Amino acid sequence: MTASLARSSQPKRGKPFPTHIIVFLAPAVVIYGLFMIYPLFDSLRLGFFVQVTRGVEQFVGTQNYVTLLTDEAILQPRLLNALKNSFLFFAVNMLVQNPIALLLAAALSTKTRGGLLYRVLIFSPAILSLAIAAFVWRLLLSPLWGIVYDILKALGLGAYAQPWLGLESTALITLALISAWQYLGIPMMLYFATLISIPNDLFEAAYVDGATDWQIFWRIKLPLLMPMIGIVSLLTYIGNFNAFDVIFALKGADAGPNYASDTMMTFFYRTFFGSGFQKADPHMGAAVAGTMFVILLAGVLLYLFIRRRIRSYEL
Amino acid sequence: MTSKYLRIAFVLFAAAVFALPLGSILAQDDAVTLIIESWRVDDADEWNDVILPAFEAHYPNIDVDFQPTINTEYSATLGTKIEAGTAGDLIMVEPFDYRLEMYLNGDLANLGDLGSLENYSAGALSAWSTDDGELFGVPLAAVIHGFMYNADIFAELGLEEPATAQEFLDLLEAVKQDGQYVPLAMGTADGFVPGLLGLQLAGQPFWRGEEGRLALIDGSGKFTDQGYIDAWAFLAAWADYMPDGYQAVSYPDMQNLFTLGGSAVYPAGSWEISIFNQLVGDDFAIGAFPPPVPEAGGDCFINDHMDMGMAMNADTQHPEEAQLFLNWLGSAEFAELWNNALPGFFAMSNHVVEASDPMVQVYASWRQHCGSSPRNAYAIISRGEPNTDSELIRVTQLVMNGEMTPEEAGETVQAGLASWYEPQMGA
Repeated sequence: MTASLARSSQPKRGKPFPTHIIVFLAPAVVIYGLFMIYPLFDSLRLGFFVQVTRGVEQFVGTQNYVTLLTDEAILQPRLLNALKNSFLFFAVNMLVQNPIALLLAAALSTKTRGGLLYRVLIFSPAILSLAIAAFVWRLLLSPLWGIVYDILKALGLGAYAQPWLGLESTALITLALISAWQYLGIPMMLYFATLISIPNDLFEAAYVDGATDWQIFWRIKLPLLMPMIGIVSLLTYIGNFNAFDVIFALKGADAGPNYASDTMMTFFYRTFFGSGFQKADPHMGAAVAGTMFVILLAGVLLYLFIRRRIRSYEL
Repeated sequence: MTSKYLRIAFVLFAAAVFALPLGSILAQDDAVTLIIESWRVDDADEWNDVILPAFEAHYPNIDVDFQPTINTEYSATLGTKIEAGTAGDLIMVEPFDYRLEMYLNGDLANLGDLGSLENYSAGALSAWSTDDGELFGVPLAAVIHGFMYNADIFAELGLEEPATAQEFLDLLEAVKQDGQYVPLAMGTADGFVPGLLGLQLAGQPFWRGEEGRLALIDGSGKFTDQGYIDAWAFLAAWADYMPDGYQAVSYPDMQNLFTLGGSAVYPAGSWEISIFNQLVGDDFAIGAFPPPVPEAGGDCFINDHMDMGMAMNADTQHPEEAQLFLNWLGSAEFAELWNNALPGFFAMSNHVVEASDPMVQVYASWRQHCGSSPRNAYAIISRGEPNTDSELIRVTQLVMNGEMTPEEAGETVQAGLASWYEPQMGA
């Protein structure tokens, strides 16, 4: 009786259309759609057109992509060089920044004297404007006035002093290390937050069972950190594959010497906006951006695939 | 309510209808306003306070208005204005192929009939001409490249301005042997430094300036010719005299090194004169010499590079007045005003100008006995890919860093050019 009453009364009252949800979603959807989704698709669209004359575009299918991938004189070697450099830049960050961040986080999550101070100090470069960080490093590594060279000479290592930022063999790695230094604090904080959220009971129980600190790190902390390591790796991948600012600030759009520090982003920048006498070609630039999009997407999908395999523990 | 708005709208409309012809009548009686489009925001004061009042004094019925846009936005803004038909009457144009397309599109007027053209050299006019010689812009200002030196150090070590490449290297060696100063304040970290302040500054005598530049364009000269190889070899020899780690020394670094008195010679451009005057002040005396020549007694050549030109909007309402202004830009009066208002940027007409700044006088004096030529890859041979100008910058940086031989540099650039530029394809 009551059930049927309830059922019959519902349509009468009418389930009101959830207008409020739309109202609440609208600002984010509109802004995100207008400034992120639409430009993304428009830039992908741009890659399938060429400019005929001023203001007149023509659809050419995948011709821009074919040219980009097969033009053996300029575009293909530049693309491959940029691709190689982007992966190298990512690899240096992945292999240097992440382990150091993890070790620092592990050290700081134990009761360390002055732990807060260290945390602040290590994190502080990440909030520096890149222009300042780049300027500081340019001065530190300047062969004319750089303190790095004075220190090396004082230590008797003057022979190892090299103009690292200016040599083809070392420029990119130096830039990658600068970037790793600057943003070290971010993965460190993420690891730190995960570590302190692990209940102390687990460690105490392990101690009682006779585990050493080292065993606790490998057997308890690290497995619990795996999901965070995965996320940090993904962030490192996205952040560093797109590396642009540090290179642009220290080496300019031409990413010299001899394109030794040219990454996908600086390559894109030169193609899209032009540089010196190189004419701006938004359509070819969009094709470069489309290629980057595909590579990044592949990386993210790979991560999603791997993440399923990582066992996560409920605490 | 609505009727009130309607009434106001009607009054405004009527006012507009009556005011429009009134305005144009007034304009005819009074002054014609010419608007200049430009990217030189930095020079707005000099234009408005010094240069334009002088012109307006001759032609009281013409009012010229300098309306610059920030240089990074100039191309985009100008393009939009041209399309919308709102661009100014006079348009400042970059040299060579930058604005050629605008003329070919019919946006810029042909200036072949201007009376002032006899005041310019053919080379200067070529920067704003089509390949067939149709002129679409008058030369406004150039910059000259040449070495500056610390005259106090020269006096202290008993050195003299070098005339030949060998003397130049001997001089740097002498400074190096003395050990107190860096011989040459230069670094290759910024690609344009080896490109512009190395190759284009010091290479001109090796390819005989304009002669060599035109030979590249008509296909009779090649980057593998001995002149270019020698020029790169000359630059490679500088490596011993630049500061340690010069591969990572940037343009501001080398400026600082020189202005702080730490080095003897600096590869300069005339645009640096006013900055250096401020930075150096009375700390030491600066001298300047043109690029040394390969052989004793050889001809002198300088990089006298066109930087700014002035064109006329094809759709201007006041073509006669605009042409009066363009003609005046070729006068001795303009040259004098300009050179003194903007030291280091040289008016490009043939008038001999007494500049007040002594360093400007030195640079300008080279024009009397040296061949003038612009950067050798700015016209025509950089229209395709690989871009010859970018390639020259890239290989020169490698040569100066000791990572490429002069011969390889010549072959690389030549192969790139020959891959798309017809006159160079034959051999």
